[in-house]
Amino acid sequence: MSRYLIRRLLTAVPTLLAISFVIFAILDLAPGDPTGALPETIRPEVRQMIREAMGLDRPMHIKYLLWLRQFFVNEPLALLEQMLGISIGDSESRLRVTSWGSRGTPVFDLILERVPQTLWVVGLAYLVSIVIAIPVGVVSAVRQYSAFDQVGTLFSLIGYSVPTFFTGLVLIIIFSVNLNWLPSIYDTSLEVRDWDSLVEQLRQMAMPVTVLAFFQTAALVRFTRSSMLDNLSQDYVRTVRSKGFRERYIVVRHILRNSLIPVITLVALGIPTIFGGAIITEQIFRVNGLGALLISSIQVNDIPLIQTVTFIFAFLIVMFNLVADILYGLLDPRIRYS
Amino acid sequence: MSSPSTASTPSAQLMDSRAPRTLWGDVVRRFLRHKLAVLGLALLLFLTLAILAGPLVYRVEPEYIDIMIANEKPSRDFPMGTDDLGRDSLARNLFGGRISLAVGIVAMTVSIFFGTLVGLLSGYFRRLDNPLMRFTDMMLALPSLPLLMVIIMLFRDSMRRMLGPELGIFMLVVYVIGALGWMPTARVVRGSVLSIKEKEFIEAAVCIGVRQNLILWRHILPNILSPIIVSATLGVASAILVESALSFLGLGFPPDVPTWGRLLFENKDFITYNPWLIVWPGLFISLTILSINFMGDGLRDALDPRLRL
Repeated sequence: MSRYLIRRLLTAVPTLLAISFVIFAILDLAPGDPTGALPETIRPEVRQMIREAMGLDRPMHIKYLLWLRQFFVNEPLALLEQMLGISIGDSESRLRVTSWGSRGTPVFDLILERVPQTLWVVGLAYLVSIVIAIPVGVVSAVRQYSAFDQVGTLFSLIGYSVPTFFTGLVLIIIFSVNLNWLPSIYDTSLEVRDWDSLVEQLRQMAMPVTVLAFFQTAALVRFTRSSMLDNLSQDYVRTVRSKGFRERYIVVRHILRNSLIPVITLVALGIPTIFGGAIITEQIFRVNGLGALLISSIQVNDIPLIQTVTFIFAFLIVMFNLVADILYGLLDPRIRYS
Repeated sequence: MSSPSTASTPSAQLMDSRAPRTLWGDVVRRFLRHKLAVLGLALLLFLTLAILAGPLVYRVEPEYIDIMIANEKPSRDFPMGTDDLGRDSLARNLFGGRISLAVGIVAMTVSIFFGTLVGLLSGYFRRLDNPLMRFTDMMLALPSLPLLMVIIMLFRDSMRRMLGPELGIFMLVVYVIGALGWMPTARVVRGSVLSIKEKEFIEAAVCIGVRQNLILWRHILPNILSPIIVSATLGVASAILVESALSFLGLGFPPDVPTWGRLLFENKDFITYNPWLIVWPGLFISLTILSINFMGDGLRDALDPRLRL
């Protein structure tokens, strides 16, 4: 297992490097001048000096290597310094990845500002969907073709097919416009200090969480149900039944435990995609999270910020792929890594 | 074959009384047994017909601006109401459907083409398998929606200059969605090729000296059509969804080309005055995707040879 783990970690490194190169290359090869947003009145020679200062004239592989050093050496060191309050080496002259859009603020500072909002909304939605989806999927499978199963399957198909930007807008129409119960815009500056502000926070989180959870629940219910059905017809279930255990015990202790193995890996695989999917939900409810940061950086052509956010998404995908593989191995002793 | 003497024997009569069953006949029979799938097919046919024939019957210009009739509620004159500039919502939805559906179908074709090609090559040629699959894995690890947004934003202007505002964006959207969506198909196709490759009839074809290309195209490809058909069906739905999401974020087609996602984007700020403008395009997207997903489920069951009835 540990040898497998090491090999798996080592293959993640080239994958991440390849991805970082793809992201870098797309942004570097793109037409369009980064100084294009500067005022027209700047003289051409000054503009040229700005370009040189930004390092835009160097060949692409040099730019890529410099970016790699900034990203994988300078940034982690800077973060360490911030966390521990110490300085490592010559930290003043170490160049950090800075945003073009907000006047040289380090990109990571901007990102760290946005992470809590995204985590609150997305993370809560994910938890809600897991808590709802697994029992529904289990009951659906155990009572296959019952009324509960039919309704559940229909709902999960609908949840799976209706895009989040439509469910979000429909919820706004119903609960904000017509009933006037919930705010349609998420207020990021709200601090939870007392009971009232907690209620306010819950009210503004209700709709974004519902939208994300609905979509995620639909996918998970489908998957849990089919995984349970796969297991229900297997020989070991018949063996347990013949021993005369109660049905509840059989379902929970034997079938559910086996069926959850693929479900848990799917949950792990889904975490990074929900960050990407949350871009849309964040846009609907104006949640000031990572997705909103990405969209605004795309609109102002802030290339370092775009690169970093996109790469963080890719990093999450690779990492959670790894986590899913490892979980699968830990949970299912039948799997042998060779 | 059927001479009068053989036709008179009882067994031959029995044979004649039943129509011969074909592979695709069986598929159709099994598909028709799947109620939700048939419902999905009917709904999709209805929507397609409405989108294609609708503008021929309902002759209202989708871009005609009449500020005097802005923000009308649905009525006899405007079956789906009008938007903030007085443009007719029904006409815009019908026209937008054409573009959304076209994007879905063309992007699906692109991704199925690449997916099948990569899957066939990596499943059949052992030497290509590892590099191609590593490449597929890397592509799967790319965050697709952020990358789509970035690529479209960056290359929008140059494509517009090259091919014109509408065609340029169309080609860009379609190819980028296709290029970032072929990986699941490639994996499924590879898996099927790996299992078909070991079958006896392929061995027989190799033995009688059939050329490799011919084996690939004439023997293997027809046998892996069913997973390709299923993933093509579902591919249309996901492409429509992605295009709508892009348009909803304001990164899709230019403002004078209404797609369903674009209509949602344009009208979401008027949600308090006229919620109908949101409901129609959203309903169209949802119904299209729902019906395609129903069909996909039915097709998967109908094409599965293990469920032979």
